[in-house]
Amino acid sequence: MKKNDQNQSHIISVTVENRFGVLARIAGLFSARGYNIDSLSVAETEDPSISRMVIVVKGDEKILEQIYKQLNKLIDVIKVQDLTKEEHIERELALIKVNTHSFNERQEVMQLVSIFRGKIVDVGKKTLTIEISGVDSKIRAMLDLLKTFGIKEVIRTGKIAITREFK
Amino acid sequence: MKGAQIFVECLKREGVKVIFGYPGGAVLPLCDVLYDSGIRFILTRHEQGAAHAADGFSRSSGKVGVCLATSGPGATNLVTGIATAYMDSVPIVAITGQVATHLIGNDAFQEVDTTGITRPITKHNYLIKDVNEIPRVVREAFYIARTGRPGPVLIDFPVDIQRKEGEFYWPEKVEIRSYKPKYEGHPLQIKKAWDLIKSSKKPVLIAGGGVIISNASEELKKFLEKTNIPVTFTLLGLGSIDVEWEYSLGMPGMHGTKYANFAISEADLLISVGCRFDDRVTGKIDEFAPNAKIIHIDIDPSAISKNVEVDVPIVGDAKLVLKKLNEIAEKIDIDEWLKKIKEWKEKFPLKYERNGFKPQYIIEKISEYTKGDAIICTEVGQNQMWTAQYYKFKKPRTLITSGGLGTMGYGFPAAIGAKVANPEKIVIDIAGDGSIQMNIQELATAVYNKIPVKVFILNNCYLGMVRQWQQLFYNRRYAFTCLEGGQPDFVKLAESYGAIGYRVTNEQEFDNILPKVLEEKEKVVFVDCRIEPEENVFPMVPAGASLTEILDGLA
Repeated sequence: MKKNDQNQSHIISVTVENRFGVLARIAGLFSARGYNIDSLSVAETEDPSISRMVIVVKGDEKILEQIYKQLNKLIDVIKVQDLTKEEHIERELALIKVNTHSFNERQEVMQLVSIFRGKIVDVGKKTLTIEISGVDSKIRAMLDLLKTFGIKEVIRTGKIAITREFK
Repeated sequence: MKGAQIFVECLKREGVKVIFGYPGGAVLPLCDVLYDSGIRFILTRHEQGAAHAADGFSRSSGKVGVCLATSGPGATNLVTGIATAYMDSVPIVAITGQVATHLIGNDAFQEVDTTGITRPITKHNYLIKDVNEIPRVVREAFYIARTGRPGPVLIDFPVDIQRKEGEFYWPEKVEIRSYKPKYEGHPLQIKKAWDLIKSSKKPVLIAGGGVIISNASEELKKFLEKTNIPVTFTLLGLGSIDVEWEYSLGMPGMHGTKYANFAISEADLLISVGCRFDDRVTGKIDEFAPNAKIIHIDIDPSAISKNVEVDVPIVGDAKLVLKKLNEIAEKIDIDEWLKKIKEWKEKFPLKYERNGFKPQYIIEKISEYTKGDAIICTEVGQNQMWTAQYYKFKKPRTLITSGGLGTMGYGFPAAIGAKVANPEKIVIDIAGDGSIQMNIQELATAVYNKIPVKVFILNNCYLGMVRQWQQLFYNRRYAFTCLEGGQPDFVKLAESYGAIGYRVTNEQEFDNILPKVLEEKEKVVFVDCRIEPEENVFPMVPAGASLTEILDGLA
């Protein structure tokens, strides 16, 4: 990995006060300073007064350093961590609605889903809806394979990540 | 107690003595309590004036300034003032009324999303949603405003909560788990910095606004006198120490002295104390201080390595870090360098031609007369740069000017705020004929409240700085910069408000009235100085050029 790769993707975990307006502060900071957010997910943590945001951004070391410092400058931000710098597990969830016009197609899709350890969560007359989770490359591979059947709709959560424990 | 009463009690506990503001529907309950609260309420004639006055109050005293406005247009009129304070790290608390909580989001009368609008221009802001959180919010707001890297904090206060019954309590301590500003510099970094300083042959120190904010003048002076390191002052750093010190280089950058820019360009070490390397200081960033290692002392980690790559960062309060440095600092061997600095200073002094009635002359005379004791406010443009160049600042908090945002119309209301905070001092606004008209309505505030500030209008009938750029870079096409048509008679204007007005057209007339103006104790004075219309600010480094590419009108 090159140090000044502008397209280097980083997963930043930001713990914040679980308060009204905090998401707007964070989103505002990114837009005001011209940083792009690839994905963002927010939810309450085990402590209901704290939320965790997982933000995926692209940028070189210098931009990342500024993002880190600027985030820390916000009063409501408790901790900022670049998870890409540590051993971590990342996951994304996708719901994919795919066309299945025949029995054969349906069979084929179901096989793929089982290989990818996904789930069928809804069955329509001419569609199947699949739930799949995993790293980005796995989801992309799944989407690629399903393309031949015709994807009607996809919704993805954006990455979430957590550090590994060694103790 | 009602919400408004709780709020005002909290302000008192925070030591608030003065509020600059403007009433309106959504702050009626608050104003009603303030009416006989003992807190002095100074009614400005525009909310922008209130914000700038709170800012001038704060910069000149080091205390938190407070301004108040109603919801909607009241709040939006504060915006320029809040942004001005934000860019220059000035601690103010802005209080705005908001429509009743059940109406928020309904596009109610005089409703705007005030916290949304001010989010990027405040250090932090609050929307009070519960009467019981008032004490915590007020306490936190003042704490956040004045600690760490100071800045404006806004409290949006819905009118129904002002009327609601609640209990008063006073949190003895402020505990914000996500906000712990760091003041002590890391000892290892300080040691590293000193090692670099010790071995440098051509060091220069840049004193920024951070020196003044952290009250570090004494420590800085001690450090400079120990080491004899030449010092240059950013616009907001002027007054850190006496600008006439032997190795002082004045201001660097776009309108800086030649010797400051030469020294920076040739330095092998830059020590920045509370300066954020603004583009007006650095010029073309790639060619800024090309040979220098950089030590950067700043309380805000995000200021470090933002604009220039730093070799030794020290995150901490300027005063405390300099104190630590002084414990190990000693004389360093830079005689060769000092000789060169002296040569530059002799060879390239600031100068102007004495033909006609020159603005530089006016500033020099005011400087001579006040001996660095007055508080000098400026507007923005040529008036500001001439002041920075020709007034001999000696003490911190004597120059009050909008540096980062460059807000025209700032100086006059800021002077009002500064005079309220320092009634014993002479407070002067050096204005242009353009800027003064941006908040001229505050004449009423100054006159009615007996705040005798002095305003010198450097009147060239132009938006002078823009005209200067048009002359130099746009082929003398003076698009929209001539103010001659429609210019008021400033003397009559001042008189109509009950102030004193003078008009002077030459050095002689100016010399005659100057003592009278500065010794006037009771009344506001406007002096309309009809200066040479096309006088320029030199030296000048064009925007985007390197610091050694200096334009000089006298060459």
